Amino acid sequence: MSKARSAPLRTALIHLALIAYTIVALFPVFLTLVNSFKSRNAIFREPMALPTPSTFSLVGYETVLQQGDFLGYFQNSLIVTVASIALVLLFGAMAAFALSEYRFRGNTLLGLYLALGIMIPIRLGTVAILQGMVAAGLVNTLTSLILVYTAQGLPLAIFILSEFMRTVSDDLKNAGRIDGLSEYSIFFRLVLPLVRPAMATVAVFTMIPIWNDLWFPLILAPGESTKTVTLGAQMFIGQFVTNWNAVLSALSLAILPVMVLYVIFSRQLIRGITSGAVK
Amino acid sequence: MSDTEIADIEAVPIRRSTRWHIAVFLAPAFLVYTAVMILPLIETLRLSLFNTVEGQLAFVGLGNFKVLFSDPRLSADFWNALGNNVIFFIIHMLVQNPVGIAIAAMLSLPGLRFAAFYRSAIFVPTLLSFVIVGFIWKLILSPIWGIAPGLMDLVGLKSFFAPWLGKPDTALITVSLISVWQYVGIPMMLIYAALLNIPDEVLEAAECDGITGWSQFWKIKLPLILPSIGIVSVLTFVGNFNAFDLIYTVQGALAGPNGSTDILGTLLYRTFFGFQNQMGDRSMGATIAAVMFLIILAGVSLYLFVIQRRMRRYQF
Amino acid sequence: MTRILKGMLFATTVLAPAGLVHAADAQLTIESWRNDDLAIWQEKIIPAFEAKNPGIKVSFAPMAPTEYNSAVNAKLEAGTAGDLITCRPFDLSLAMFQKGQLAPLSDLPGMENFSDVAKSAWTTDDGKTSFCVPMASVIHGFIYNKKAFEEAGVKVPKTEEEFFAVLEKFKKDGNYIPLAMGTKDQWEAATMGYYNIGPNYWKGEEGRKALISGKEKLTDAQWVEPYKALAKWKPYLGDGFEAQTYPDSQNLFTLGRAAIYPAGSWEIAPFKAQADFEMGAFPPPVKKAGDTCYISDHNDIGLGLNAKGKNQEAAKKFLAWVASPEFAELYANSLPGFFSLNSKPVKMTDDLAQEFVSWRQNCKTTIRPSAAIVGRGQPNLDLEMWRVSANVINGTQTPEQAAAETQKGLDSWYKPAK
Repeated sequence: MSKARSAPLRTALIHLALIAYTIVALFPVFLTLVNSFKSRNAIFREPMALPTPSTFSLVGYETVLQQGDFLGYFQNSLIVTVASIALVLLFGAMAAFALSEYRFRGNTLLGLYLALGIMIPIRLGTVAILQGMVAAGLVNTLTSLILVYTAQGLPLAIFILSEFMRTVSDDLKNAGRIDGLSEYSIFFRLVLPLVRPAMATVAVFTMIPIWNDLWFPLILAPGESTKTVTLGAQMFIGQFVTNWNAVLSALSLAILPVMVLYVIFSRQLIRGITSGAVK
Repeated sequence: MSDTEIADIEAVPIRRSTRWHIAVFLAPAFLVYTAVMILPLIETLRLSLFNTVEGQLAFVGLGNFKVLFSDPRLSADFWNALGNNVIFFIIHMLVQNPVGIAIAAMLSLPGLRFAAFYRSAIFVPTLLSFVIVGFIWKLILSPIWGIAPGLMDLVGLKSFFAPWLGKPDTALITVSLISVWQYVGIPMMLIYAALLNIPDEVLEAAECDGITGWSQFWKIKLPLILPSIGIVSVLTFVGNFNAFDLIYTVQGALAGPNGSTDILGTLLYRTFFGFQNQMGDRSMGATIAAVMFLIILAGVSLYLFVIQRRMRRYQF
Repeated sequence: MTRILKGMLFATTVLAPAGLVHAADAQLTIESWRNDDLAIWQEKIIPAFEAKNPGIKVSFAPMAPTEYNSAVNAKLEAGTAGDLITCRPFDLSLAMFQKGQLAPLSDLPGMENFSDVAKSAWTTDDGKTSFCVPMASVIHGFIYNKKAFEEAGVKVPKTEEEFFAVLEKFKKDGNYIPLAMGTKDQWEAATMGYYNIGPNYWKGEEGRKALISGKEKLTDAQWVEPYKALAKWKPYLGDGFEAQTYPDSQNLFTLGRAAIYPAGSWEIAPFKAQADFEMGAFPPPVKKAGDTCYISDHNDIGLGLNAKGKNQEAAKKFLAWVASPEFAELYANSLPGFFSLNSKPVKMTDDLAQEFVSWRQNCKTTIRPSAAIVGRGQPNLDLEMWRVSANVINGTQTPEQAAAETQKGLDSWYKPAK
């Protein structure tokens, strides 16, 4: 720790830079939260002002809680997001391992094939996907959403994970093989723990578009019992009048669960590193 | 379909005779991805070779592509969107990625206090829904409600304020910077993970040689995280050329003013799904999607086959 | 995964018929983009229908208006759309009908309650088949702040000259932004600008039909002049109007900071709810005193029958009720500003709505020129007019350039039948 002693000024500058950027990042979020507690007129009269006793209003949150079963929507969003992340991570890591570990004919081509999905918006396939879900009897089920999001998340996951898996030491894996570990054990016991930081990163990247998606819930599962939070919030966006109080409240509430998930994953990221040091 | 392909993969064993585990590792991802994503997308992209001729859907070969590039209006729209998209991408490469790397580099310094707080805080914008991002930035930059003008007034820069989102020459840059603000967390996370992956021994060895601080970053860490920077760049490329939602929520489907923020994603959306009184044109939309796909494929292939292969990787 | 898939498949196939048996009621779902009206449907309209029609349950399922067209199309194609489809006017619904997604409704009891003009937005070009029940039209004009007018001592303008004189007065006084409009969202520039004031220049239906028949061109004086008038609005708009969004304009006016709001009648209800001052309305000013006035009275919303819906009979019952005078009165009074298209006049309690609708007595009505026939090709004339109207007000295009550009776009695909 000689550095820390030698450069207190540098540390101060680093903190200054980070604090400055943190303010840039959080200021709009702060505004969103502040305004979600104000009456409609106050939002536009003085968007910067903190809620005062005269402008403080929970009308947005009240509307959100009255209109529909938002708790249920949260639950749906969580189920869909967590299940999709789990499947993306498992299937994605397995495929990425196969691609980065083994040499076989068509490896790069298969890698490219599995990456195609990040090059075309999946939204374009909507009609065929919906028809498929109708045929499988999955319309208005959370399963349909989980399937679509798993497929949507896989390409990116495989792309990122295979890059990180290439950095895992061959010696380690070969030592495992000499010890008689099966390929499955090598993957699950040796490699997976080492790429945990990357897994956590992928989990976060996968989570965001799923949580915030409006389109597929609208098409595949618009029923009351399968509504997600984002779909629930869109009912406040009108043709001529948008209930900004309600939209801001609903979406501010919706940040909380993803924030929690993010903190869990990012802690995983650190822990993955420290346990990796034991190797 | 999957069985035959995987059997094909198995055809040339290198170390063992049948390596079923490869198929087992690949099968679940391959199946879900092919069934739910690739087949529906092929179904759609197929339409780029068809068009309505006298009320019937007929095979027109590359006719749609010819129309896209020769029709004066469509081709003008396309080149405008492509040009804007390139600018959009360049701004991300010049601002988002360097800022992301810089933040990650600072965060990964050992013994930095509050690192977890900074990291989470800076990532928050990335978690936000586009609806919020669009609303709040329009509010901040609004010339009427005055958050940005007010703040600029405080530091005596009021005269520099302009309705940026409404002016053709500033709108694209403004929207790009909003997008940078939202997505800086992604390069930060990836680079951060890569930096943490560098073993302490390497850094300690460097310190013994007297390489610390700035020069340590440039001489030791940067070369080691180059593969990750490569990934970040290619992901930025892919993400930018597929971008849509942010422009849509901030500037609307017409991507105004006067098409100055129109990028390929918004053009594709308007053409494929239609907008307001404009009807969707599946065939032409699929054609634009196919061209976008080829552009992105070219970029990713360049990365996979040229850059990634030449890049030196270090195993830890 | 496959096990889950199979399991779910099994569960849904077993549960679905069970659900049907359980519910003897016919369940109707209305697809709509009118999130704004959710409460009115839930609390007023649907209970009124259900009280009279036991055994039919109706649910109103609105979605974000920006997603509506594409979402409903996808659902219709895959067969998961609701029984009743809210119809956009003109070509979008016509295309659905031509694809066989909307059922013909010419024989529906109650359709005789509508004039041909009312039905025109949802009728085939040959005028033979109608496919949506007309629900409402919207009228354009200007809403003004009465208090501001009193303070400035100005009267409601009747001619273009008076209109600009009033604007000039407000600009000089400096207490109010003369006109609350922005160009950021583009559509207001055309919808509340060009389509609003234009009919006085191109003489409403006369000009619109001449445009369709090819006798007039968008570059003719009567089509360029409204752009010239719009260009003159620029100095009277608020600072930074280029980045002023539609909600910004609404809030500027309802917070009492602007004097005049170029409006559509749909603003009446939300403005009444938000503004704490008296409001009045005036029709688009004519060029010279004594000129015939023309107003845009645009068919905006209808209701159609999903041709592949499961409960056709119940849905038709509902549609017949929508076509009845009872619905007309209920709807028009719940949503002041959405005017019934029913031939039987509706008594409205809202004074501002009554003011708008009274213009029908003295002025000739027309619909938006880009809506029918000339609006069905690429580039879409409506969107082109949004874009160039915004450009003209921003000053980045001259009125002549704007007109030439829209005409060029039209020429590229439209060949008027001679």
